[in-house]
Amino acid sequence: MHARIEAGRLDAATLARNFADAHAPLTPARAAVEADRCYYCYDAPCIEACPTGIDIPGFIRRIAAHDLKGAGETILSANILGGSCARVCPTEILCEGACVRTLAGDGAVEIGALQRHATDHVMERGLQPFSRAPFTGRRIAIVGAGPAGLACAHALAMRGHGVTIFEARPRPGGLNEYGVAAYKLAGDFAQEEIAWLLGIGGIELAYDHPIASPAALSTLRATHDAVFLALGHGGVRALSAGANEFPGESLGGVEDAVAFIARLRSAADKASVPVGDRVVVIGGGNTAIDAAMQASRLGAREVTMLYRRGPGDMSATAFEREWAQTSGIQILFDAVPHSFDADDDEPGHVAAVNVFVRGEPRVIAADMVLKAIGQFYDAPLGDTLALESGRIAVDPEGRTSLQGVYAGGDCTKGADLTVVAVADGKRAAIAIHTDLMQPGS
Amino acid sequence: MADLRCNVAGIRSPNPFWLASAPPTDKEYNVRRALAAGWGGVVWKTLGEDPPVVNVSSRYGAVSYHGKRVAGLNNIELISDRPLAVNLAELKSVKRDYPDRAIVASLMVPCTEDSWRAIVPLVEETGVDGFELNFGCPHGMSERNMGAAVGQVPEYVEMVTRWVKASTNLPVIVKLTPNVTDIRASGRAAKRGGADAVSLINTVQSIVGVDLDAMSPLPMVDGQGTHGGYCGPAVKPIALRMLAELGRDAEMGGLPMSGMGGIETWREAAEFIALGASGVQVCTAAMHHGFRIVEDMIGGLSNWMDSKGYATLDDVRGRALRNFVHWGDLNLAFETKAHIDHDACIGCGKCHVACEDTAHQAIAIEPGRRYTVIEEECVGCNLCSHVCPVDDCITMVPQEATATRQSWAERMREPAE
Ligand SMILES: Cc1cc2nc3c(=O)[nH]c(=O)nc-3n(C[C@H](O)[C@H](O)[C@H](O)COP(=O)(O)OP(=O)(O)OC[C@H]3O[C@@H](n4cnc5c(N)ncnc54)[C@H](O)[C@@H]3O)c2cc1C
Ligand SMILES: Cc1cc2nc3c(=O)[nH]c(=O)nc-3n(C[C@H](O)[C@H](O)[C@H](O)COP(=O)(O)O)c2cc1C
Ligand code: SF4
Repeated sequence: MHARIEAGRLDAATLARNFADAHAPLTPARAAVEADRCYYCYDAPCIEACPTGIDIPGFIRRIAAHDLKGAGETILSANILGGSCARVCPTEILCEGACVRTLAGDGAVEIGALQRHATDHVMERGLQPFSRAPFTGRRIAIVGAGPAGLACAHALAMRGHGVTIFEARPRPGGLNEYGVAAYKLAGDFAQEEIAWLLGIGGIELAYDHPIASPAALSTLRATHDAVFLALGHGGVRALSAGANEFPGESLGGVEDAVAFIARLRSAADKASVPVGDRVVVIGGGNTAIDAAMQASRLGAREVTMLYRRGPGDMSATAFEREWAQTSGIQILFDAVPHSFDADDDEPGHVAAVNVFVRGEPRVIAADMVLKAIGQFYDAPLGDTLALESGRIAVDPEGRTSLQGVYAGGDCTKGADLTVVAVADGKRAAIAIHTDLMQPGS
Repeated sequence: MADLRCNVAGIRSPNPFWLASAPPTDKEYNVRRALAAGWGGVVWKTLGEDPPVVNVSSRYGAVSYHGKRVAGLNNIELISDRPLAVNLAELKSVKRDYPDRAIVASLMVPCTEDSWRAIVPLVEETGVDGFELNFGCPHGMSERNMGAAVGQVPEYVEMVTRWVKASTNLPVIVKLTPNVTDIRASGRAAKRGGADAVSLINTVQSIVGVDLDAMSPLPMVDGQGTHGGYCGPAVKPIALRMLAELGRDAEMGGLPMSGMGGIETWREAAEFIALGASGVQVCTAAMHHGFRIVEDMIGGLSNWMDSKGYATLDDVRGRALRNFVHWGDLNLAFETKAHIDHDACIGCGKCHVACEDTAHQAIAIEPGRRYTVIEEECVGCNLCSHVCPVDDCITMVPQEATATRQSWAERMREPAE
């Protein structure tokens, strides 16, 4: 490995602090004050803004009335991953963005933090608000144990169906486990939440079990009453496009941000994760921000993000962008990289990024380059499924072009957010249940 | 700068703000701090016969309302638990050093003429400016035939007042309990007995809450509770009504009144004065925030009076009483209708659901969470403007009169058609 990419740049205490909970949970006293700020709107805009339609005024009122269990149940009945969502949702563009108090000019109610307060109460006590209906005799296969697959599995299991999730990786969670920034889901929250979710019963998990061919899909269809596809994005966009090769893209030290993040998330000891001294991240989405933030928290001295357009065009939210900018990350806008230079001493490794910043050529020294210019659905199931804009085509309830096959989450259209994946999974489960339980089906 | 000098039945003070008889006036130490802070006077914590009473622990319960502490305070304390001689010596010493302030002694002894005739001269000797007879304590003392047990029986009120008046030439204020169905019966009895003024209200009988784990009323004393006396902001509306009821009662003949119950700022004080109080007393707010609140009470009252052109308290006193009428005299021909300012509206929908579920189905939802009043359905009840969280977003607009003024009383007098 290149000399400047090294592990253990920071001491254990600093690393622990850097990857701990970014936003401390509310104390009961703060939660009470915050809950009292909710106006308990009629036809509340926040509910509409939540992709899973959580009864937000309803759960907040229960917090205010000291019924945390009731509050947690209200959340989880609409969003079984309400605990993760409380931590990872960009609330400023969802529920909190719609809060009428924003309009009133006195700051949105901290819905995300309150949601965490209530769901933590339920999960820390291992309460199981939901029980499984008697077995229906129907078996459903789910491909992918990410948020969409898990949400669908829970909703189906609750309705009495038998569920098997086929997961390519050795652990469940999808991007909750391998993608989302470590300090958003601090500790082992993703796995704890999944263990709690599986407590409903009736869900089997087959790990290291990719379903990656049209034939494998056919087998699943033949052996199950329905199939739900929740594979997320398998592909990562490259800088070289078709015949336009990007000089230096294959140099050592250049890699996909998602791979870097997955390595970091999988590492029990963050001191074992190597990082460059000067890191350049290419992209303007939340993946780029997360990669930059985490490289910096691992101890990279200089972290620069290159985004090809202006701040308003970034797909990362303003909140995330400002968080990065106030955490020592430099973001260059109108910055279009065109080649990477190799290291003179180590010709196989990257040493610099050549970039036009507002048209002016610049050279930025870098011993690690992380690419975060987008992910896509790589269609491992072939063209047996109709696609729409490159993703699996579905109707509003999640039905694909194949009879008995449903899909949701990042592999279908819609925003790439955990909460959207959960909403898709839940909606598809209801469609599967309705379709299967129809008389004569 | 308005003249805030105050005179309640001949008891004078530089401002109308007195501390009510309660823990803040329990002993010389507190009272000196209060007077140094600027309070116009104090009614000393109620004195009784020796041996002094014994108090319990704990003594207070409080109602928090949506994060606001002490919206109402409940106590199960009794009268002064210190020997009479100690209180008298302290009263004397304070009065000597503060000749310009109103120092009033509150008294409560058993309901016998001898008891009252015995204590009055002892207290008078301290140089106090007057007496307040505590016929109001709703707990503990009434079980011993004192306090509210006396205050609830007009004949006793009159009798005891008469005994005290016969024993002293100092002004006598009778403190009334709100725990009666008709406050006028108590007030008139005090007047008949020769009272120079009444003060009101004492605390309202209450259970402030229940500990649902211990299954005991609050506050708890070794796992049990008892009813107590309720005061603080929550009781102001009750106090104002009782005060106004006496203020407009012809039989009371304008007997001076000292008003209290939930006064926290100059504004509540002005409300009491506008409904006829000559001066006001404060307890809970001082217990909640300390004595320095009197600074902003004095400043605020004075600034408000200046802004209105009121030179003295007499200019304000009773001004709102003339508009405190019986329901039957209100104008039935007057109408208001709700108006929603769409620029101020934040779209919470609280007005809609309040009117839809519990009033007159007069607020429609239009696309885009635009809430509009259906004027034909609006009866002008005012509910929506109260539930709206945005100041001045919903206003009640008086309508052009379509009929001549007519009250229910007038309508009843009209010959049937
Ligand atoms: C770096 C990063 C940070 C993010 N941060 C946030 C955030 O802060 N907030 C937010 O709301 N969203 C965030 N997102 C987006 C969010 O994580 C996703 O939208 C969400 O996880 C999508 O859920 P999913 O179930 O559709 O897919 P995934 O989470 O991707 O899960 C898909 C699962 O399917 C498995 N799989 C894939 N192919 C196969 C196959 N052929 N056979 C079997 N199994 C297969 C995968 O191993 C994986 O477990 C982030 C994404 C990234 C990449
Ligand atoms: C703890 C406590 C003790 C009280 N003790 C007496 C008392 O000894 N004598 C009395 O006349 N009133 C007593 N009161 C009643 C107050 O003087 C006053 O009438 C009442 O609190 C209403 O005023 P507020 O709302 O400003 O507190 C007491 C009130 C409290 C809170
Ligand atoms: S004033 Fe009363 S009736 Fe009129 S709109 Fe408001 S709530 Fe409805």
